Amino acid sequence: MHIAEGLLPAGYAAAYYAGAGIFVAKGLMDYKKKSELEPMTKQLTGVMTAAVFLISLLPIPVPFTGTCSHPGGTPLAAILLGPWITSVISMIAMLFQALFFAHGGLTTLGANTLTMGVFGGFVGWFLFRGARRLGLNLFVSGLLAGLIGDITIYLGTSIQLALAVHGNHSIGEVFWAVFGAFLPTQAPLAVLEGVFTGMVINYVAAHRPDILIMLKVIKPEDVPNSQGGVGYEQ
Amino acid sequence: MNNKLVWLIVLIAFVGLVIFISNSNLEMPGADEHVGGIANQYAQEVGAGERDPYINTDKGDLLLFMFALGGAGAGFCLGYNWRDLFGKKSGVRVVR
Repeated sequence: MHIAEGLLPAGYAAAYYAGAGIFVAKGLMDYKKKSELEPMTKQLTGVMTAAVFLISLLPIPVPFTGTCSHPGGTPLAAILLGPWITSVISMIAMLFQALFFAHGGLTTLGANTLTMGVFGGFVGWFLFRGARRLGLNLFVSGLLAGLIGDITIYLGTSIQLALAVHGNHSIGEVFWAVFGAFLPTQAPLAVLEGVFTGMVINYVAAHRPDILIMLKVIKPEDVPNSQGGVGYEQ
Repeated sequence: MNNKLVWLIVLIAFVGLVIFISNSNLEMPGADEHVGGIANQYAQEVGAGERDPYINTDKGDLLLFMFALGGAGAGFCLGYNWRDLFGKKSGVRVVR
């Protein structure tokens, strides 16, 4: 999902920047509001930005395709901090990746933020919330969010590229050329990201449920001895 | 016992994977590069295409210096907020 520097024509790069900018602006407002209500949001956002930076840079080999790829990490960030703040997190992480690793690019930062932060974040967040409302447990809800959120990121990149560079070819042809090349490597990693997301949510719920309550990921009544407050053992 | 067995299987699978990849002829390029190559062919037809980074930090020890600086800054922030981040303990379990 890291579209390389220069790959997008200027008009499309600007349009994707504008699209991402709307979400990032709302994310910054959301961050400010949440930080005033709960100062710990600042630290958690910092830690999550570092996590997304690392996760989305980690090349994992897929032996049967002979290629490497990486998870996104934004579905997890969106579950914890919300999809708007995740747009900001994603833009910061990808800016540093573009500057230090030539992974992605400055002209394609808007497009990459839109796919990883917005598409991955919102789809992951909606799926997690939906799954919880259906009564699914934390692990399965996280798994669904991570798995489908990951695939959505690459779906988004394929659509962006198909729209921008199809030229005389049909959009469908370019889309399938790109998405078809992504899918064999990304599908197993999407499963991995799903399992990872579910496990992280489960782990935090088991060890620091107060954080999940504060972030409104779970309700106080989900914690047996919290008596409506934070989940510390008395 | 079951946990130990699972971890042993994971460890064997991991070591096996590393041995397999290191002894195979697979070049293991990144999927982004692989797909970027395909997209680049279409991009060149519309006058775009991959180019070198605008800011190239891959010069001598510049990247190392920036990471050392960033690591020091991040370490300071982490240490300063350590108690907020990791200072509390909880023994409760969530019902799933």
